[in-house]
Amino acid sequence: MQRSPVTAPTLARLIDAFHRLPGIGPKSAQRLAYYILRAPREEAEALAEALLEVKDRTQLCGVCQNITDVDPCAVCSDPNRAAETICVVEEPLDIVAIERTGAHRGRYHVLHGAISPMDGIGPEDLKVRELLARLGDQGVQEVILATNPNLEGEATAGYLSRVIGAMGLRITRLAHGLPVGADVEYADERTLREALTHRVLMDGEPDRYEAR
Amino acid sequence: MPRTQPLRTEAIVLRQRPIGDADKVCVLLSPAHGRMEAVARGVRKTTSRLAGHVDTLSRGTFQLARGRSMYIVTQAQTLDAWPSLHDDIDRLSLAVGVAELIDRTAMPDVGSRSLYRLTQESLARVAEADDPAAAVRWFQLRWLDQQGYQPELDACVRCRAALEPAGNGLAALEGGVVCPDCHRAGAGAPLSSTAFRLLRYMRRSSFDLTAQVRVNRAAASEVDRHLSALVEHALDGRLRSSSFAQALEGAARGARNTREVDHAAV
Repeated sequence: MQRSPVTAPTLARLIDAFHRLPGIGPKSAQRLAYYILRAPREEAEALAEALLEVKDRTQLCGVCQNITDVDPCAVCSDPNRAAETICVVEEPLDIVAIERTGAHRGRYHVLHGAISPMDGIGPEDLKVRELLARLGDQGVQEVILATNPNLEGEATAGYLSRVIGAMGLRITRLAHGLPVGADVEYADERTLREALTHRVLMDGEPDRYEAR
Repeated sequence: MPRTQPLRTEAIVLRQRPIGDADKVCVLLSPAHGRMEAVARGVRKTTSRLAGHVDTLSRGTFQLARGRSMYIVTQAQTLDAWPSLHDDIDRLSLAVGVAELIDRTAMPDVGSRSLYRLTQESLARVAEADDPAAAVRWFQLRWLDQQGYQPELDACVRCRAALEPAGNGLAALEGGVVCPDCHRAGAGAPLSSTAFRLLRYMRRSSFDLTAQVRVNRAAASEVDRHLSALVEHALDGRLRSSSFAQALEGAARGARNTREVDHAAV
């Protein structure tokens, strides 16, 4: 970013630092920097401490690879979480979204990315080896593949399904279909096809119609 | 960029990459405008009405507004979603190879109806053909032809001797087949007579005719290897997606071995 000659170098450095963050444009970076400048010293110190602490104290959980302060993380060390079901997600933030639903009481595994064939990102660049090591000896019965419904997520799910399939475990994938609040009229062909294929009974029975 | 009327075009979505909090940049191949990049806003949100219409490896009609640095997708309607590409990991892997090759070689603002038609037909064949790998072989040979790298299959690329099927080699760097004498002198990788005949037949025949030819796995793999070498020479680099195809193959091999060990144990 081009520095204005009238901006103090220390302030310009802070603006540059904010500008490097994702989603922060030059104007937002300036606003944040001037906000910190005008805020009480304690607020700036708390921010600086939080930044350093997150770098110093967080680590990857040795079991699920989620970001944690203690190893193993709270989910992996919780005896009330079903160890036989592992939900595989691309990023730590996906766990936050799934936990909000309260619908999964098993454990997780974070891949830290997805296979991207066109970018040359393969399974060896993700936490796949750590996942396979968990599946061998912890009484796992089901692996839920909660990767994104896009090309990278499909490539990742397809690869994992092939690798894990030989282990005789139950492999499931999050359902595709119409989002809540959407209009059928605007649904695209593929989503509508998936929604029809995986339609459910109206009486609340959990069994799904077989694809036909 | 001056403000003008929105641009309407048919296009194939070759790839996407995330940008900002909820947007994606779509790389499109248009018959009239070549390779284009357009921002699809909000498509990472589940509430987006646009998301399913700009899916990677789909064909649709697009309305694009000119933004400051890039086009913006204002409307899209799917024409072909090719769902089997997304349901079958092997077909997906092959289709990604087709899309990567086009993404890396199509030029912005250089429309090519023949390249568009080749891409569209090839993706449709990879999605639907009984042997999707044959569709990729045929695509690669036609792509080489369109790029000006059609391999020489009639005369030795070194000594210009007329070629017979047996004893030849394929020299990707030199752009074609070398005769038995030049091959014995060290030129080219070995080329079996079956692979040589298949390459010649593919060059002169339609895909429908080529698809009817029954080829054993060894010859098909050999032709794949030679075509990959020719494509990578023309591309001046490796196809990144080939690593994924190899990883999938390795996973399939591992799964087969595990099943055999289990079977033997029983």
